[in-house]
Amino acid sequence: MKTPDLIGSAVSNTFRSKTRSILTILAIFVGAFTLSLTSGLGTGINAYIDDTVSAVGASDAMTVTKVQEGAGDFAADSGPVQYDPDAVSTGIPGNTVIALTPDDVDTIAGIVGVLDVQAVRSITPDYIQFDDGTKFVASVGSLVPGQTTLLAAGAAPDAESTDLQVAIPDSYVDPLGFSSADEAVGRTVSIAITDATRAQHVLEATVVGVTEETLASPTGASILPNDALTDALFDAQSTGIPADQADRYTSATVWFDPDASAAEIAALQDRLADEGFTGTTVADQLGTITSVIDGIVLVLNAFAIIALLAASFGIVNTLLMSVQERTREIGLMKAMGMGSGRVFTLFSLEAVFLGFLGSAIGVVIAMVAGTALSGVLAGGLLSDLNGLILIAFDPVSIATIILVVMGIAFLAGTLPAARAAKADPVESLRYE
Amino acid sequence: MEPIISARDVRKGYGKGQSRFEALKGVSFDIREGESVAIVGKSGSGKSTLMHVLALLDAPDAGTLTLEGVDARTLRGAKLNRTRNKTFGFVFQQFFLTGSDSVLENVMLPMKIAGVGRTERKRRGLAALEQLELADKAKNKASNLSGGQKQRAVIARALVNNPRIIFADEPTGNLDSHTGAVVEDILFTLNRENGITLVVVTHDEDLAARCDRRILIRDGEIVEDSGSSREEVAA
Repeated sequence: MKTPDLIGSAVSNTFRSKTRSILTILAIFVGAFTLSLTSGLGTGINAYIDDTVSAVGASDAMTVTKVQEGAGDFAADSGPVQYDPDAVSTGIPGNTVIALTPDDVDTIAGIVGVLDVQAVRSITPDYIQFDDGTKFVASVGSLVPGQTTLLAAGAAPDAESTDLQVAIPDSYVDPLGFSSADEAVGRTVSIAITDATRAQHVLEATVVGVTEETLASPTGASILPNDALTDALFDAQSTGIPADQADRYTSATVWFDPDASAAEIAALQDRLADEGFTGTTVADQLGTITSVIDGIVLVLNAFAIIALLAASFGIVNTLLMSVQERTREIGLMKAMGMGSGRVFTLFSLEAVFLGFLGSAIGVVIAMVAGTALSGVLAGGLLSDLNGLILIAFDPVSIATIILVVMGIAFLAGTLPAARAAKADPVESLRYE
Repeated sequence: MEPIISARDVRKGYGKGQSRFEALKGVSFDIREGESVAIVGKSGSGKSTLMHVLALLDAPDAGTLTLEGVDARTLRGAKLNRTRNKTFGFVFQQFFLTGSDSVLENVMLPMKIAGVGRTERKRRGLAALEQLELADKAKNKASNLSGGQKQRAVIARALVNNPRIIFADEPTGNLDSHTGAVVEDILFTLNRENGITLVVVTHDEDLAARCDRRILIRDGEIVEDSGSSREEVAA
């Protein structure tokens, strides 16, 4: 028997006993539906993180800091750490890094694989104020080229512009006295910053955009100035600092080949380490979040797989009954010269086809239900997390689910199929 | 002329020890091409076992079976399947048609197993149905046919691969005498006009009488063979 004929026969045999096949397909459907939803949940959350990754950092960039001896080395003895005048607070209490000097930046630029390097300046404004309203504490974030942020209104600050531009977080819109995000765009706000001599400078900047708060926002609830405003703020802050002390950076952003493989990136990190620097990519930063989510999804998937295992016993049962009922037919086909291997294939294909139908229906309905559910949740419970599609589906995981279910169905079908293949034609055709 | 089937001291038993049952106790005979042979005997005489052995569905415990000069023991696996598919056609008392499939589907089954292409399959299937005056029923479900029509469909199925031998196990057992006679006529016409060797297993003496030769089996042994004298003459 030729393969297309085998498949055709398997398909038509499946529909011979409709009720039984439908019930089996339903059992598979429940498992495939659950598996699709749980993996869709993983896809959705991870896609959301991926979307915000471009906000956290461009994928071809890494943050480089100087290694502080003994810092972060918990295994080292707990003796006092020597004072380092170059240590700069990272903002996390007790966590400091050694400041990078222009010389260090030049060194980094000279390392093989580094395409470009840009020092990150630390700016700490005092407050932000609109009109004569309440003053609010604000921290400053920054975008490097290639980074994007999710915007509620307006546009991202223009890096090329010489105008002083700023984007404010969504949560600042109301307190500052704007009625809506759209209304804030185009208005002028005052930003105050104190210099080394304790003198306060106030700069006027135009609001060009309002940023969304996301899980992994690069700026958090911080304002986002453009380069011109950053320079102006930094100059104001540096007033009175001796020139040789002014150029101190907490970190630098390094660009590498966007097509670099994981191994090449690791090699670059090694070369940076040799020079005394630590390079951290976005993937490194996000690694933990992603693995926690992957862990949760894995557990949920395990439950779905259990449902599928239960369904696979349904397949065994259905096919065993089918083999029982079709003893005569199997005997006849064998008497007519159909090989045992072909008989085995025929029944295995029936199992696989049952699995295919169940999983395909399960996946399609899961996609419909999942999309509807995320729509409802995005408008209600999860409306604070803008841009989150809780349950998303990607073609690869959908195809994987269908193939996995078909694989399980095949395994379940082996027992009945082997029984059919072993059937003795003489025994099957006996009547008397 | 070389016999198409030659059995020499064929033995076949079932079970073990005390419950061992010898179905065939050393059977020897030749069947020549184009012959019509009736294997006659009571229930349990071993006639069905003999047919199964001749049709290579069951291997004998001892003795040799030669098919067209080839020792049946050398036919194994795919080769055996191909031989059965190409050489034999089967007609059973209980038809063994798949009721939910169309008559044409049922008739095409041996060709499907042989791997004949779809168009060729359909052409030959319809031709076989035409020959048995069932062409108008080709699209009907097999379960909707009358007994006589079913047996004609079964004969069409047996014919469709142009077999050398047709094995018919009680071909008229489930039919009334009139339709039974029609089916018999068809089988003997095929035997006469197409030269297909016919091996009929039956306990119906009237049917046996229409065959060229009658082999009577009792308790696993041939007690009477109307063709043996002729065979001796030929030898």
